[in-house]
Amino acid sequence: MKKLLSDFIIGESGKITAVNGEGKIRRRLFDMGVTPGAELTLRKKAPLGDPIEVTIRGYELTLRKTEAACVEVELI
Amino acid sequence: MKTFALAGNPNCGKTTLFNALTGATAHVGNWPGVTVDKREGIYKGGEKNINIVDLPGIYSLSPYTPEEVISRNYILDEAPDGIINIIDATNLERNLYLTTQLLEMDVPVIIALNMMDEVEKLGDKLSAEALEKQLGVPVVAISALKNKGIKKLMERAAALPASRKGTTVLKGVLDKQIETACAFFEETDVKSPLFHAVKLLENDEIELRHNGAPEKLRKISAGEDLEAVIADARYKYISANLASAKVKAGKEVATKSDKIDRVLTHRIWAIPIFIVVLFFVFHFTFSENLFFLNGFTEDMAWMPSLIDCGLAAEVDGAIEYNNFGVELFAVIYDGALYSPGVILTNFLNLFLDHISSGVVTLMENGGAAEWATGLIGDGILGGIFAVLGFLPQILTLFLFFSILEDSGYMARIAFVLDRIFRRFGLSGRAFMPMIMGFGCSVPAAVNTRTLSDEKERTATLRVIPFFSCGAKLPILTAVAGGIVMAFGVGNADVITFSMYLLGIITAIVCVLLMRNTTLKGETPPFIMELPAYHMPRFKNLMLHLWDKTKHFVKKAFTIIFASTIIIWLFSHLSWNWHYLPDEDMQQSMLASVGMFLQPVFTPLGFGSQLGQFGWVFAVAAITGLVAKENVIATFTTLAICISAYAGVGTEEGIEEIAGLINVIMADSGISQPQFIAALIAFIAFNMTTIPCFAACATAKAELPKGKFKWTLLFWIAVSYIVGAIIYTVGSWWWTLFIWLIAIASVTVLVVLKNLGILDITKIFKRNKKDGKNK
Repeated sequence: MKKLLSDFIIGESGKITAVNGEGKIRRRLFDMGVTPGAELTLRKKAPLGDPIEVTIRGYELTLRKTEAACVEVELI
Repeated sequence: MKTFALAGNPNCGKTTLFNALTGATAHVGNWPGVTVDKREGIYKGGEKNINIVDLPGIYSLSPYTPEEVISRNYILDEAPDGIINIIDATNLERNLYLTTQLLEMDVPVIIALNMMDEVEKLGDKLSAEALEKQLGVPVVAISALKNKGIKKLMERAAALPASRKGTTVLKGVLDKQIETACAFFEETDVKSPLFHAVKLLENDEIELRHNGAPEKLRKISAGEDLEAVIADARYKYISANLASAKVKAGKEVATKSDKIDRVLTHRIWAIPIFIVVLFFVFHFTFSENLFFLNGFTEDMAWMPSLIDCGLAAEVDGAIEYNNFGVELFAVIYDGALYSPGVILTNFLNLFLDHISSGVVTLMENGGAAEWATGLIGDGILGGIFAVLGFLPQILTLFLFFSILEDSGYMARIAFVLDRIFRRFGLSGRAFMPMIMGFGCSVPAAVNTRTLSDEKERTATLRVIPFFSCGAKLPILTAVAGGIVMAFGVGNADVITFSMYLLGIITAIVCVLLMRNTTLKGETPPFIMELPAYHMPRFKNLMLHLWDKTKHFVKKAFTIIFASTIIIWLFSHLSWNWHYLPDEDMQQSMLASVGMFLQPVFTPLGFGSQLGQFGWVFAVAAITGLVAKENVIATFTTLAICISAYAGVGTEEGIEEIAGLINVIMADSGISQPQFIAALIAFIAFNMTTIPCFAACATAKAELPKGKFKWTLLFWIAVSYIVGAIIYTVGSWWWTLFIWLIAIASVTVLVVLKNLGILDITKIFKRNKKDGKNK
């Protein structure tokens, strides 16, 4: 099942299928290891529900829901 | 001497390695072209000394933050003899991503595989030899923390060949495209053509500035999304590489970091915990009533002062201690137990006071002229020691912030607070420089470099001075204390606290205004690593503080040294260059300049309405432009002379100011409420106006080109408006409505403009100038 990373609930894992979004954000996501094929898990959400924290490529990355909406993920 | 650059991700142990390599030889310089701190040092452990340059911690060589641009330009333009690429072995995948980019440059590279001990502790196995074979450059396992493998690393680094041709891990993926792009750059005769070629294919904004580059890229890519292909290929290569280098053992368990995070980023407790942490940081630095042992209010106080105990007595307004032992004890306790920050400050001040009075006594006994004793005692020593006196508190605050930063907690704070900051058009990351502003604007301004968005950085830099720094604290306490003492109203703590609050509110209003007018733009992205928690390294902290101390002492003995002499001279010389004793200061050059400027401050309450002595305020505010410590130093010096205050004052200058207030009240006949409003406006003006020299220089270096002069104007405008609001509303309450109407109309205009309803830019511009600016 495909889902946007921004719609993930805590504990869900998946494999990235596509990274969309505007130039600079996309570039940064790539540089931080958010590339198609990478696996990630949603670890937690900030106290106010946003931003979110994911485990990807063995480390913890935090990003906002608006940025997470650029990431399409296949649930596993 | 060979020069090696140290490159690597943030939080990979780079600073620890740098400190281990260079030790005490480290010093701070500037990067070519930009005034951004560049740390350099010499490694002396090998046969030949090697110069080490510490590049900023970066994830990639894409121009996302200024730090990445600095690193990239340094390697390309300054051509170091080699790069030591430090890699966190526990986080190999992302760390190697930078390595694959560094390898594309025509520069020798050696890899330092850090934290191998951690990897083994987790039960994983990692082979440096296998990695070396794959990457084709030397790989040495080290532990920067335990000082292991560093000698071997440097031996191999020294033995690196003089040059290396860039290689890419993208072989077999985009061979043809890279070859074409390479040929394009080889023609233009740039260094490292392969690096430029790959970056061009990545749609890199710096490469696209080359002549003909955009057309070339369009031709090569033929509409294909090469950016994604390249990033993907890099990671694919790394994963494939890892397979042979890293053997992962079993499933990972919940690490220590997870457990800590469960508390510190808790859904409900995260923000309260943070407020408590912040409170204690400030409490330990500034409190004169540690842990509120002496009660929360004056009425609850039960601890006896030293005078109550009969160990000291008040003589001529000054406290005299029975013996030196009691005086030393007063550093820690007098009527209440002090916090570490205050104790250190008291201790240093005790020491400095003894030097200062010793020198003056020596000069008087030696028969030195009155002016010479005055110049050395009041002018030079008084000024410099007043500044040095702040060093302990600034260092204490800095130490706490370093601990919070190094431990990884600050990154969590950004994570927790991002949602709130977004409302003002900033990211959670902007919180750090702002809170650091309470300590000192200089490191705070440097810290804005971690913000990737230029507009966000500009807005943050501009409001940093509103977060009242350590040097502005004496203005607050002294003037507030003076008000309470002279008029017998209010509470100095409450005034001080409200002024801090006022600074924060001003900052919020200004950020909102800027982000909706001159610095309009999308809320910057927030994509950040949350590093694992770890204990801050004592050595790193100490070296950090040492850097800070050196910087501060240098400032005290240069800028402030010069300015105190100048102020003293101008206040003791008449226009025909005759020496004036203190009581004739009215005829000095400084007084004339002050009197000339006095009317400018009339709308703020400390101008012409204060009569013949009011110029002191104007002069104090102006000397504050050099260093904020000067405001009170000048003020006190001038107050002593004017008010003919007989006794010896406390070092905070409260009594002198109270004396001055009484003199001016009697002289000018200004009413009490108006004068109080004027004094508070004076504090607010100094808090929000142009910061000190050092902060201005740093802000200028960190701001985008051409923004500095607007920033200066912005500071003047804000401080003037804030001061005017306080004075007018404080004196005539109904003026509040005029200000509210003005603020409301500015808001409406901005909103209408942004909604596109109001399109008459001319009208908008004029109104903007009338109301608040920038």
